[in-house]
Amino acid sequence: MTLMKSLMGAAASLALTAGAALAEPALIFDLGGKFDKSFNEAAHNGASRWAEETGGKYREIELQSEAQREQALRRFAEAGANPVITMGFGMADPLSAVAPDYPDTKFVAVDVTWLDAPNLRQIGFAEHEGSYLVGMMAAMASESGTVGFIGGMDIPLIRHFGCGYAQGAKAVNPDVNIVANMTGTTPSAWNDPVKGSELTKAQIAQGADVIYAAAGGTGVGVLQTAADEGILSIGVDSNQNHLHPGKVLTSMLKRVDVAVYEAMKAGTDVETGVFTMGLAEEGVGVAMDDNNASLVSDDMKGAVEKARQDIIDGKTSVVSYYENDSCPAVSF
Amino acid sequence: MDFLTIIQVLDSTVRLATPLLLACLAGLYSERAGIFDIGLEGKMLMAAFFSAAVAAVSGSVWLGLLAGIGSSLVLSGLHGLASITFRGNQLISGVAINFLAAGMTVLIAQDWFKQGGRTPSLFAGGRFEPIEFPFAEAVSGVPILGPVYSELLSGHSILVYIAFLAVPGTWWVLYRTRFGLRLRAVGENPAAVDTAGVSVVGLRYAAVAICGVLCGIAGAYLATALQAGFVKDMTAGRGFIALAALIFAKWRPWQAMWACLLFGLLQAVALRFQNIDLGGVVIPVQVMDALPYILTVVILAGFVGKAIPPRAGGEPYVKER
Repeated sequence: MTLMKSLMGAAASLALTAGAALAEPALIFDLGGKFDKSFNEAAHNGASRWAEETGGKYREIELQSEAQREQALRRFAEAGANPVITMGFGMADPLSAVAPDYPDTKFVAVDVTWLDAPNLRQIGFAEHEGSYLVGMMAAMASESGTVGFIGGMDIPLIRHFGCGYAQGAKAVNPDVNIVANMTGTTPSAWNDPVKGSELTKAQIAQGADVIYAAAGGTGVGVLQTAADEGILSIGVDSNQNHLHPGKVLTSMLKRVDVAVYEAMKAGTDVETGVFTMGLAEEGVGVAMDDNNASLVSDDMKGAVEKARQDIIDGKTSVVSYYENDSCPAVSF
Repeated sequence: MDFLTIIQVLDSTVRLATPLLLACLAGLYSERAGIFDIGLEGKMLMAAFFSAAVAAVSGSVWLGLLAGIGSSLVLSGLHGLASITFRGNQLISGVAINFLAAGMTVLIAQDWFKQGGRTPSLFAGGRFEPIEFPFAEAVSGVPILGPVYSELLSGHSILVYIAFLAVPGTWWVLYRTRFGLRLRAVGENPAAVDTAGVSVVGLRYAAVAICGVLCGIAGAYLATALQAGFVKDMTAGRGFIALAALIFAKWRPWQAMWACLLFGLLQAVALRFQNIDLGGVVIPVQVMDALPYILTVVILAGFVGKAIPPRAGGEPYVKER
């Protein structure tokens, strides 16, 4: 209903402003929704920062179903939006279908790195590197020697997160026990906090005392239950330390906001190609602020800083799950 | 698998089965009176939102529960109006309620709290706390029975006990009271009830209202007992699993409880053990997730007895042409 309205509104405003040459950027949120306190919200923050700083305007849509992906892309491209920024791996197929039809429009794809189109800027993140660092912190903070991982929908990207995390934990403590669970195999796995809570309880029963949630809205339930049960949790994508001050060990930051901000800032001149934002580019990292200051010891800070530098210098290499679709440190 | 693990899985089963059970009993009243209700999901969602919102604003979880029940009743009234008074299609009205709830909850939440379609986190007082039974600590050391008492039976929120007490309650109302007899009759043969001088419309509205109350409790349980706040689409298909359980139970209260516990157990096992290895054959977690639906299809196909819905179900009652 509201979507219909906004689509019709978009169509109407298109009719009114037809001929206006100034291109506005457009942003397509993934199914998790604009305010998932995580991945999509980071994009929203980046876009709002750009809008505040430049006074510019952008169009946006929150996808409600898979079927809308291509439709939304085409609508924005037809409406003359440029660049069109998309969120999530799910946009890969629609992009490969739509991008060639609008050679003059630039498309920016976050979390897609494997397409081939001249007018496409693809941004990947080295999530395994950031997850490696939080995995180290988890293993150092854990007293039981068991750490947990709760993923959202079971897709390679989430396994990629979990794999880096497990490697980091193993790097600190080779005997660490890693419990890994996925919430589900359908998109509803991104928005099922009740299931997230039950998974958390199940992992606590198996001895986990630090749990990393890479699960969108489901993670809200994980963090909540972890706080209720008095164990530590680790947030993802956006800084989630403030959700339960003193109970969230840290958050694995994925600077989607920076990627979106820069794409919008560059506007129609945005550079195309494949870009990977890792630790070196500060595309991923760990969140340190007042809310978790009491939880992070100097040892931890030092170890994380050293590992970060080692990864940047190439002294430590973190195996990517994508390389051979398997993980040396944990099985899912 | 040791004993403690079994207890923990069963504990998780009780938590997961409770919202299913409440929604399933809600559907039972409605469908036994001849009003099909696929809007259980929507009512639960609406109740989840309003209970969390009011609890967050007022700080009282009981006010939240009342608000959740109230909002669910409003949707029930809408369903009743469309399908009883105006004799509309009950399935379409139910679908409309689901869509309405999915959209309205996020819209209102965004307007009130500006947190992107969620409610602020609830703190103590705004949530249903677990109830510890007397001597639960003391007897937890007793082998077998100790953990069963202190882990499995004790330590749930009051809504869980209400849900399980509602099962014998429902049985008694349906099979041992005049109201229950009439309610069942109106779902089988409304013309006969009408001939006997009892109001078909009144009975059906009463059934739909009871359905609203139970869905309201289910929603409040999700948002204020299991979780500490409302998140968009947080019912995640539980209303539909409850419907499946209702068919599985062939519209009978005790069987409904066992069906919900079975479905809850399947979920709990799937959450606890991702891939189950049965002597070399690995059962992937997806199979466990799909099992409730598969079982329902098997039942509907008539392999395990026949599932016959109330005969007048789905038919608006027309007194005279």
